Amino acid sequence: MAKQNLELKATSFTLSVLHINHHDLDLVAAELDNKLAQAPQFFLGAPLVLNLSAIQHTQIDFYALKQLLTDRNLIIVGITDASKEQIEQAKEMAIAVVKSGKQAPKAELPKRATKIVKQNVRSGQQIYAQNADLIIFGAVGNGAEVIADGSIHIYGALRGKAMAGAAGDNQSVIIANSLEAELVSIAGQYWLTEHLQQYTLNQRGCVRLDGESLTVESLPQ
Amino acid sequence: MAQIIVVTSGKGGVGKTTSSAAIATGLALKGKKTVVIDFDIGLRNLDLIMGCERRVVYDFVNVINGEANLNQALIKDKRCDKLFILPASQTRDKDALTKEGVGRVLDDLAKDFDYIVCDSPAGIEQGAMMALYFADIAIVTTNPEVSSVRDSDRILGMLQSRSRRAEQSLEPIKEYLLLTRYSPARVKTGEMLGVEDVKEILAIELLGVIPESQSVLKASNSGVPVIIDQESDAGLAYSDTVARLLGEDVPVRFITEEKRDSLKGYLVANYVDT
Ligand SMILES: Nc1ncnc2c1ncn2[C@@H]1O[C@H](COP(=O)(O)OP(=O)(O)OP(=O)(O)O)[C@@H](O)[C@H]1O
Ligand SMILES: [Mg+2]
Repeated sequence: MAKQNLELKATSFTLSVLHINHHDLDLVAAELDNKLAQAPQFFLGAPLVLNLSAIQHTQIDFYALKQLLTDRNLIIVGITDASKEQIEQAKEMAIAVVKSGKQAPKAELPKRATKIVKQNVRSGQQIYAQNADLIIFGAVGNGAEVIADGSIHIYGALRGKAMAGAAGDNQSVIIANSLEAELVSIAGQYWLTEHLQQYTLNQRGCVRLDGESLTVESLPQ
Repeated sequence: MAQIIVVTSGKGGVGKTTSSAAIATGLALKGKKTVVIDFDIGLRNLDLIMGCERRVVYDFVNVINGEANLNQALIKDKRCDKLFILPASQTRDKDALTKEGVGRVLDDLAKDFDYIVCDSPAGIEQGAMMALYFADIAIVTTNPEVSSVRDSDRILGMLQSRSRRAEQSLEPIKEYLLLTRYSPARVKTGEMLGVEDVKEILAIELLGVIPESQSVLKASNSGVPVIIDQESDAGLAYSDTVARLLGEDVPVRFITEEKRDSLKGYLVANYVDT
């Protein structure tokens, strides 16, 4: 089959957004010159999206604004958060109107509690430390499951399943006096017994994430 | 007030009924007024092992349903006047065991007896749950093999979460490990787990080790609890177990291959050869 001459693919790019916070273009120009002087290379030919939210309700000279930016070698690829009129104007000038994706919420470190269990966790039992680290004074039996949003420390043998970083925290670790687990998992990356046994033979150790994959670290005696 | 003992395991056929009969008899022989109850509704065989199957008129479920009173249903053991048996029904379904009903019967018995031994059915269904629910002491009967040990671990979880003592946040059930059908020779060849392995996995106090023994089958076929047979190693091991249950400090026997027997076997084998 002949190769197609067109192909449409969705790809996301990271663009710088310039917030225009005042309608007085002389003020804007002066400030912009200042910024450009600080880092001329960074802005050279940079594609920019203009965020107009602060001046949505004021009249601005759109043509003048565009000119002001092109004069400084900045390329406007779109506007966002604009009023209806501004959008109309942008269309006339063949500038795209773009919508920003949901801003990724800043990864705030959740406040973490500690859950302590002072007994063996038996087959068929499940313990979940929600938004907490889990510490167990005892063993986790075959067929038992311990889960934590934080790290899991087992002062005994781990023979069942342990899942740390259950809510995605990839800094979580699993520590046990004897790693004989049916399954260990950190932030969704998991190993079954056979895999674990390639790294450790029922020894004391710490399972953690190294990039995308799990690894076992020995602990100081 | 009586102590309520459940003999439980999760896995079937590990020796619960054999152990219930032996331990109840042992307690009675030590002067404790004891009743042993068969919770295995529909599959009763405690009465067979106790040798009283011909004397069953009323059963546990009859008492729960108010169709008979305890005096009518309790069977007095013919060997020991401190021992009574409350047999299971062969006909009714397991759901006849309600928490209220079982609780009422146990309350009544507790006024009169020192020990109530509950022979649990296998599994984790209603019958097994009712047998363990009211317990003060659990004898977790385990064979030295992986699946039995796992099921015992599961039952230990139940004891800690689904019993009366757990639900009411009372002092937890006292849990003991009873290792049955133990064969030192098969431990040595690695076919079975050793005492230490099982103790390490289950992490509860060891009450006793009962060796695998021909005498058990012989005893149940003749309707005599094996503890009565003081010639047999299993009988002696059950006696030790009962002594420990009553707080005596008795060393564990029969966990290494017996020299005398293997030597005898060796001589016989040689003799046949020549
Ligand atoms: N120490 C032993 N040596 C040899 N055989 C044994 C021993 N203990 C139990 N057995 C045999 O194992 C079988 C099962 O025993 P028993 O009926 O006591 O088990 P159970 O746990 O009560 O079974 P179920 O789960 O069906 O109620 C019987 O045939 C019994 O004779
Ligand atoms: Mg039985």
